[in-house]
Amino acid sequence: MEEMKEIVRDYVIQEYVEDDTEVNFDTPLISGGIVDSFSMVSLKRFLENKYKISIPDDKATPEAFDSVHKIVDLVNDFLK
Amino acid sequence: MAYPDKTRTMFTEVLEGIKEAGLFKQERFIHSSQAADIEVEFPTGASLKKVINICANNYLGMSSHPEVIKAAHAGLDSHGYGMSSVRFICGTQDIHKKLEEMVTEFLGTEDTILFPSCMDANAGVFEALLTKDDVMISDRLVHASIIDGIRLSSAMHDTFKHSDMEHLESKLQLHQNRRLKVVITDGVFSMDGDTAKLDEMVKICEKYDALLLVDDSHASGFIGKTGRGTHEQYGVMGKIDIITTTFGKGLGGASGGCVSGRRELVELCRQRARPYLFSNTIAPPIVAGVIKVLEILSASTDRRDKLERNTEFWRDGLCDAGFVLKPGDTPIVPVMLFNAKLAQNFSRDLFEEGIYAIGFFFPVVPQGQARIRTQISAGHEMHHLEKALEAFKKVGAKYNILGKSKQEIIEMYGM
Repeated sequence: MEEMKEIVRDYVIQEYVEDDTEVNFDTPLISGGIVDSFSMVSLKRFLENKYKISIPDDKATPEAFDSVHKIVDLVNDFLK
Repeated sequence: MAYPDKTRTMFTEVLEGIKEAGLFKQERFIHSSQAADIEVEFPTGASLKKVINICANNYLGMSSHPEVIKAAHAGLDSHGYGMSSVRFICGTQDIHKKLEEMVTEFLGTEDTILFPSCMDANAGVFEALLTKDDVMISDRLVHASIIDGIRLSSAMHDTFKHSDMEHLESKLQLHQNRRLKVVITDGVFSMDGDTAKLDEMVKICEKYDALLLVDDSHASGFIGKTGRGTHEQYGVMGKIDIITTTFGKGLGGASGGCVSGRRELVELCRQRARPYLFSNTIAPPIVAGVIKVLEILSASTDRRDKLERNTEFWRDGLCDAGFVLKPGDTPIVPVMLFNAKLAQNFSRDLFEEGIYAIGFFFPVVPQGQARIRTQISAGHEMHHLEKALEAFKKVGAKYNILGKSKQEIIEMYGM
């Protein structure tokens, strides 16, 4: 769980953050303007490839992707 | 009719919210034609003030060019005021076809289709060409009209970091199994004034079998040695699959836009693009005006050459005065102030000095990147630029930002 949080946070920083904005596990990603809703697709693809899961489009909502914590919860739902 | 008080109150509160957030936009009424010297009523009801305009997209000074006005008058007389029809019913005149052919030749493409605006071109092109099996990969700083067009398409959408070619390549690898991959960029980015690296982008797109779409609205007519656009500047004419551009900036400044590119793609837009199918095209006098603009620009590069010299003078002058600028070589020269309030006050003080330039701040530009965006024109004479420069120096000195670094300005005024 902790490892997954680190992996997701590292990906978010590498993919989306272009300045010194800090990202913790609860930082609002979509509503905070760090990840725009258009760019969510690469995050979804990353999670699907990394964890060998398939996230249906209706579950990949801006709300479900709005923080590292929420993303990890979502991934865990599909790992069960 | 159903507009009860509670509905009015609801919308009034929305407007109040916009005002409280400092995002309420107010128009300034110009009582003259568009030019370097304009007469402005601001605030509303105030007496007219003569100011120098350095925030128009009138890059080539064609908006009030006497030959263009004369041609538009002639077009009005010969072809009428409007068509009262969309193109495919009874809204296409010989001059519409002529303009499409002239744009094709000017941009060095295979075919062209006119749209009522470039906003409409961008709104129509993606939906017309792409399906859910395709992917659109856009630079993160593309213009809002492209974002709206992308939203209307069923194709998947992804983005790459601004002008980051490695990131673009990684995205093309990620989406390599898609039927079509379309890479999307502005030629000149309107807020920063930098250009897309089209030479590198063409190579990457060829490597991954991707189409390349460039919105050249802030380039057509003056970027490149003969003003054909960013594709000329980067030596890739004939290699851009789709160019969208406007006639509302350098190419006359009235209205209208187009999609220009591969023959089949343009034809598919003619069959499917909704802003083309369900809206009247460009009105005859404007078509006649744009034809004249293209004739003038094809005959001589004098105007784009003057614009280049003006831009160099302006950029060097601001730089020598100690302002922080966004780097670049286009006529869009952003003077960075970082703080939104400072940008607003700076603009107000410039206006008092007789210079019309607008402050831009979040959400139009990212938080902490407030600026005055200046735009230079071939319609500016040296005395305009010298006066504007003096005004910038005076206001810059008032706020003590001349010679100060980004960090020092932020320390004084915050972000």
